[in-house]
Amino acid sequence: MTQEKFIEFILKLSAIVTILTTIGILYVLLSESISFFKEVSIIEFLTNKEWTPLFVKKNFGILPLVTGTLLTTFIAVSVALPVGITIAIYLSEYANKKFKKITKPLLEILAAVPTVVYGFFALAVVTPFLQSFIPNLSGFNSLSAGIVMGIMIIPYVSSLSEDALSAVPKSLRNASYGMGATRLQTSFRVMVPAASSGIIVSVILAFSRAIGETMIVAIAAGQQPRLTVDPTVPISTITAYIVQVAKGDVPHNSLEYKTIFAAGISLFILTFLLNNISFYIRKKFREQYD
Amino acid sequence: MKTKIEAKNIDVFYGDFQALRNINMQFEENAVTALIGPSGCGKSTYLRLFNRMNDYIDSFNMNGEIVIDGKNIYEKNVLVDELRKGIGMVFQKPNPFPKSIFENVSYGLKIQGIKDKDFLNRRVRKALEQSALWDEVKNDLDKSALALSGGQQQRLCIARTLAVEPKILLMDEPTSALDPIATAKVEELIHQLKEKYTIIIVTHNMQQASRISDFTAFFYMGDLIEYDKTDTIFTKPKNERTQNYITGRFG
Amino acid sequence: MTNSTKNRIKDRIFNFIGIFATLIGIIILGFFIGSILYDGLTRIDWDFLNSLPSRKAEKAGILTAWSGSLWIVIFTFLVVVPLGIAAGIYLEEYGDKSKLSSLLEVNISNLAGVPSVIYGLLGLEIFVRLMNLGSSILAGSFTLALLVLPIIIVATREALKAVPPSIRAASYGLGATKWQTVWYQILPAAGGGILTGVILAISRAVGETAPLIVIGALAYVPFTPSSPMDEFTVLPIQIFNWISRPQHEFTINAAAAIIILLIITFIMNGIAVYFRNKWQKKINW
Ligand SMILES: Nc1ncnc2c1ncn2[C@@H]1O[C@H](COP(=O)(O)OP(=O)(O)OP(=O)(O)O)[C@@H](O)[C@H]1O
Ligand SMILES: [Mg+2]
Repeated sequence: MTQEKFIEFILKLSAIVTILTTIGILYVLLSESISFFKEVSIIEFLTNKEWTPLFVKKNFGILPLVTGTLLTTFIAVSVALPVGITIAIYLSEYANKKFKKITKPLLEILAAVPTVVYGFFALAVVTPFLQSFIPNLSGFNSLSAGIVMGIMIIPYVSSLSEDALSAVPKSLRNASYGMGATRLQTSFRVMVPAASSGIIVSVILAFSRAIGETMIVAIAAGQQPRLTVDPTVPISTITAYIVQVAKGDVPHNSLEYKTIFAAGISLFILTFLLNNISFYIRKKFREQYD
Repeated sequence: MKTKIEAKNIDVFYGDFQALRNINMQFEENAVTALIGPSGCGKSTYLRLFNRMNDYIDSFNMNGEIVIDGKNIYEKNVLVDELRKGIGMVFQKPNPFPKSIFENVSYGLKIQGIKDKDFLNRRVRKALEQSALWDEVKNDLDKSALALSGGQQQRLCIARTLAVEPKILLMDEPTSALDPIATAKVEELIHQLKEKYTIIIVTHNMQQASRISDFTAFFYMGDLIEYDKTDTIFTKPKNERTQNYITGRFG
Repeated sequence: MTNSTKNRIKDRIFNFIGIFATLIGIIILGFFIGSILYDGLTRIDWDFLNSLPSRKAEKAGILTAWSGSLWIVIFTFLVVVPLGIAAGIYLEEYGDKSKLSSLLEVNISNLAGVPSVIYGLLGLEIFVRLMNLGSSILAGSFTLALLVLPIIIVATREALKAVPPSIRAASYGLGATKWQTVWYQILPAAGGGILTGVILAISRAVGETAPLIVIGALAYVPFTPSSPMDEFTVLPIQIFNWISRPQHEFTINAAAAIIILLIITFIMNGIAVYFRNKWQKKINW
């Protein structure tokens, strides 16, 4: 083999590590969950309303974890979405260069802060603060976890949406201004609709990011699986449950151990679907402007 | 006179589009051959055939042979990088590496594995002298090449190709980005270089072609219309289209 | 009021809303950092940085935590940087239009969206158990390396893409091979962009908690690691552990450790932004 071919081979091998990673993830999740589902029926897993694998009386219904996950996610997205899109519109249609130059790296900081720090923030600052308005707010709850998670994902929404807005052809914007529209009218009647698929992508990715977030909920939401949509009470999420079990001393090959892989595969499927929907939309969206 | 390069029955395609049609041509050794013709007629495509730079274009496809020193360079066993070491190319826009002047000129030698400092110094100096740049940069060899003016950059790019002492020089509109003074310097340089090199130059400038070349080939929409001594082409062209083009009636 | 003045007023109002939205997250974060500084700053001293963990909050320090983080970062770096840059080069410079290339691309975008706990599960089964590394620094580093691999690959590709094609043409024209062109010209020209990606990836690895908990990194490690096969804890896990304690003294410890973690994160991100700006100026030749 010549040197050139050898180098190419090494490079290729490095790239293939990413495929092996995926295969590894699928193998690990599938093999452990298959052996989990040999002991627990899928029907029970999907329909039982309680999740108590660590108790004496064991229940294996994933629903409480899924609702907990979706509850924190919805709270997070309802914070991040309006703020993030407003930022995107402001930065792409209103702000001057200097303001952009200063604020963009600052916004990135929001995404760079380690999540364990946000968890502390939610638990030690936001919950006590909210308790002064909502007296019956529990010390652990999905509300503050969700709000803080929302702050964290603001930059995901804003930067992807801004990219989408700036990909809209200039001619469209100029046409609107030419007709005497204000910036606000141009933004909301022309730019946002034209960039809508890109904005939708940013929202889906924000969902996906929030669903996979772990430490904020593990710290601030309570680690108590509960089938509820009440944001004031302790709950758990899929991710928080995995951390909770891994932290303890569960013997491997026990059923408890396998539950984290069953939970893991549910999480993987959720995020995988969302990510691929967003890829699909993005691909269509690219074709639209090419 | 000796034939250095021969193009035999060349067809070039980009996908379905045929960019060159049945070209047959012989290039004299140690002469300057100018390729002229209206934009899009295939000059650059043709030029890039001689050092196989078209190989990187996905849709590129060709028939025919390019024979250099009696050997078809499109044969399977040809080592493309070895081939290119003997054929220098100067591009339309100056494209120095974002490195020092010295590193730019010595790069071709470095990739041939030459490490001898003295040798490199000598070659760099010689190449810069040949390209008439030495006096301007001799004290700044460690300065970034990007700090040079456009004309200096182009002469640096010429020096870069000369440093490896190729036998053939391919130039694609080398002066189109330069001002008249820098252009004059490059033309002067080409004139000196032809003693040692076989030079093929693409140009849109009729005066330039008539000033510097020994032979001229006129292309039109992928066809070679006329190929002859430069004098003949510019004084009594046989083809009416050539006549129209060189007198500026179209193109 | 005419319609057009109404519209102009609306426009002005949105201008304020926009500034407010842009700054609100940053202001909240700033307020939070202020309160953490207030809680934790006085707790930071030489002893805090150099003490082993302890059941008594006043005596506990972050020595094992930061040294564990350092080990993890070094080994993650050693694994992921060559791997990520090599993979990025392959995809951008060598990858053709083959099935493999498009598979690799789709796969990498998917990996970038996989939640970090899932990487923890992967590490737990493959590195900790199958490869028998235990809950060691090596197992942790491998896990984090796979987690941040897509970041480095994507950054490398972006940086390579930004290098003008004329540089490639010049190098090939002189008879350079593909690898010579990549090694001598393209990589140095793309260096700033790649460096930015590497720093961001490492900064991410420093802050990761969940995957390391999942692979069994311990909350309580009474010694500093002395080999890559040792068990370990890291700063974020130490913080998590202290947050989980009800006593106020531990909360103060957590705040103090968070200050250290944030300093590291901000410095790394600051350096990354600096290199990116510098490189973006340079690449516009
Ligand atoms: N990479 C490519 N892919 C597809 N078509 C190409 C490509 N490069 C050139 N062509 C087409 O081939 C024809 C010849 O192009 P070429 O660049 O050789 O012309 P040229 O004579 O050098 O023109 P100019 O004087 O403008 O430089 C043109 O019609 C051009 O559009
Ligand atoms: Mg051309």
